[in-house]
Amino acid sequence: MRKYIIKRLIQSLIILFFVSFIIYALMRCLPTSYVEAMARQKSMQPGSKSYEEWLAQLSAMYNMDGSIISGFFQWLGQMLRGEFGDSWKWTVPVLEKFHDTVWLSFVMGFISFVLEIIIAIPLGVIAATKQYSKTDYAISVIALAGISLPTFFFASLLKLVFSVKLGWFDLYGLVGRSYNLLSPMGQLMDKANHLVLPIITLVVISMGGLMRYTRTNMLEVLSADYIRTARAKGLSERKVIYHHAFRNTLIPIVTIIGGSLPGLFSGALITETLFGIPGIGFASYHSMVSGDIPFSMFFMVFTAILTLLGNLIADILYAVVDPRVRIA
Amino acid sequence: MSENEIKKTALNEGENNTKETENYSLNDDRRVKVLSPGALVAKRFFRNRLAVTGMVILIFMFLFSFVGGLVSPYGQDQKFYRYDVQTKDYAGIIHNEDLRYVAKDADLFKSSVQAQAFLNIQRGNSSFSYGGNDYTIEKINDDFYVFYAYGEIVGIGSRELVNSSDNSTLSFDMTYDSLMAKAKGEKKYTSDGVEYNMGEDGVVTDASNNEVAYVSQYIVRPIMSDVFFTREFKDQLIEAVEAGKESFEFKDENGQDAEYILKFNPATKQWDVKQHIETRVFDTYSFPSKEHWLGTDRNGMDMLTRLMYGGRISLIIGFVAVAIESIIGVIMGGIAGYFGGWVDGVIMRLVDIFYCIPSMPLFIILGAAMDADNVPPMTRMMYLMLILGFLGWAGTARLVRGQILSLREQEFMTATEAGGIAVSRRIFRHLIPNVMPQLIVVMTMGLGSTIITEATLSFLGLGVRFPFASWGNIINDVNDTFVLTNYWFIWIPAGVLLLVTVLAFNIVGDGLRDAFDPKMKR
Repeated sequence: MRKYIIKRLIQSLIILFFVSFIIYALMRCLPTSYVEAMARQKSMQPGSKSYEEWLAQLSAMYNMDGSIISGFFQWLGQMLRGEFGDSWKWTVPVLEKFHDTVWLSFVMGFISFVLEIIIAIPLGVIAATKQYSKTDYAISVIALAGISLPTFFFASLLKLVFSVKLGWFDLYGLVGRSYNLLSPMGQLMDKANHLVLPIITLVVISMGGLMRYTRTNMLEVLSADYIRTARAKGLSERKVIYHHAFRNTLIPIVTIIGGSLPGLFSGALITETLFGIPGIGFASYHSMVSGDIPFSMFFMVFTAILTLLGNLIADILYAVVDPRVRIA
Repeated sequence: MSENEIKKTALNEGENNTKETENYSLNDDRRVKVLSPGALVAKRFFRNRLAVTGMVILIFMFLFSFVGGLVSPYGQDQKFYRYDVQTKDYAGIIHNEDLRYVAKDADLFKSSVQAQAFLNIQRGNSSFSYGGNDYTIEKINDDFYVFYAYGEIVGIGSRELVNSSDNSTLSFDMTYDSLMAKAKGEKKYTSDGVEYNMGEDGVVTDASNNEVAYVSQYIVRPIMSDVFFTREFKDQLIEAVEAGKESFEFKDENGQDAEYILKFNPATKQWDVKQHIETRVFDTYSFPSKEHWLGTDRNGMDMLTRLMYGGRISLIIGFVAVAIESIIGVIMGGIAGYFGGWVDGVIMRLVDIFYCIPSMPLFIILGAAMDADNVPPMTRMMYLMLILGFLGWAGTARLVRGQILSLREQEFMTATEAGGIAVSRRIFRHLIPNVMPQLIVVMTMGLGSTIITEATLSFLGLGVRFPFASWGNIINDVNDTFVLTNYWFIWIPAGVLLLVTVLAFNIVGDGLRDAFDPKMKR
């Protein structure tokens, strides 16, 4: 087992190496006019560094003068030492901005993830046990609709209904107008209130996949021989499904849930941007659109690491949870 | 062969069988209804009501997008206009109550002399001296005085004004002669050796009847510097003022009809003239009507037509991107699965790498860079398809490889090897067709997600750009809170179309998966 984990870890590191090389190469391939235009724009801001200073900083950071290969290794070295430079858009060190935003995203992601699990898994199980019934069709269509819903459209609909027509929530932002006048408890409630719509969006968009996954796996388990045996020996249907079948369905589900945990840190790019929630998705979107290269580079590498970590956790969990899987 | 055809042939066979069964011998194959695997798949597919619904929706969407554009009476970027009444401040008129002085000799008729002259006119004197000079006042009538010094004319004072028709400055002699002619009621007079005619209403024309100037007690001045008033307009205006009218209509030389509103402002002793003009403006955000079933958008274009062309672009981008990713995926996956060993290792690590590249951030950065570079919209669309396709092949490759790994161990592959068939033929003629079922399912589902990705990018303003429409960039307008709140018809139809299309692709993909699965009992 340990050997397997070490092997996968090394594999992941190699993949990460190449992914960061591709990211670096792409950044280098951006038209220089674009980089210069962005640097010029930044230097126009009041109290900003001069244009030459920006370009010099950029060249130093990414070794723009050297070849792609040597530049990449230099950048990689800096990355390993934890030096990601200063964000252009937010005018603070990249890591500081990251630290400021990532926890909000994580909290939001975590709450919606928990809700997603609570809603999706039972519905998936119900759909599977009542295969081809009306309930099954309804749940399948809801799941497919969730997958097919474009985030931005659903978010806009929510805004129209709940913010504009009913006036229950604000259209944008994390805090209300009178935030500073509220008590600490009130402030927390204010934030929670502003997170309701984004969390609903996230849950509805993402639960479809998990629901279908649960249903497929449950169906597979239900057609297994040991379920027939359980029924044959006269166990109640309740016990068959929730004791024998469901526990076996949990194996792939736990795997996929474990695998998506690291993804919670990468934030929700579109949802956060649409609702103006200053999490990491929001920060990185605005960085990318305004040509903030240091922050965008950091975010891309960070996302790549999270993806790899997710795959790694899923693979290891799969081996750990399922006793039938033996790894040499 | 499409599923419909397969079904038809299957049905025909069935009919023939019932008719001619008795003529066949007992062991004749034709006694039994034979269905090809394809026909079986079609049968299973068409028994799934949900999948058929999805299919019908997809067919409708294709007709809507590809035929709709031809049927619609409007063009993709045809703009519509409406008339809007605009009111703007146009002119001001003052009825001149004061004597206005014109000096011939600027030294002898300075403004201080003018003040003295006015004082003496008030007192009824016919001469005065000021600054060591003696002046004589000649009263022509109540509104017109001439001043002499040393026997020469030095200036005039008049309540009527002589304005040249082309806004040039008139010479003193011309002014004097014109006023004199008006005061004495002469029809013809000469000034500077040129003959002029004096009309009753104060219009001065030259020998060839061209208007050169006019004499009037009214001063009309435009509010905007680029406006020039014609004589006719001024006449109408003055007539209206004298008649105490509040408004009048006037057609200018361009045939532009406008209504003018007059209002006297006691503070400035001036009539303010406002122009009510009907101008042609873009028919933006008009509500659904008979001409425009879904209203018009921000640029005054027909919404329904935009939706049709938008669907065309969304579907084409989806198809091209999925085609690219499938081609790369099948080739890479096929090679990896067939050869195994280090080739497999290299290709699968490549797949891992592509899996790991954060695609959405990448799209956004590339979109922003294209923005900064002013890439033309058409090229942009090409890039979008290429990038979407090129980043998505990893999943397909993984699927194809997995299938081929299990297929290549089967007997029919040994047979192809024994038969000496070339490697490329073995992969692409014997292995890949066996992967097709799974591939078709993945491609159908992939179409849905590619359309969503494209729409999201276009929604963020980084994908398809104006003048091209895509369902995503039509919804883009909702970023304006005013549109979100007031104009549902701008963004809801596009969103519903998008949702329904992607949903249909997913349902059909699902149905196909079930239909292809031989384990399915239904």
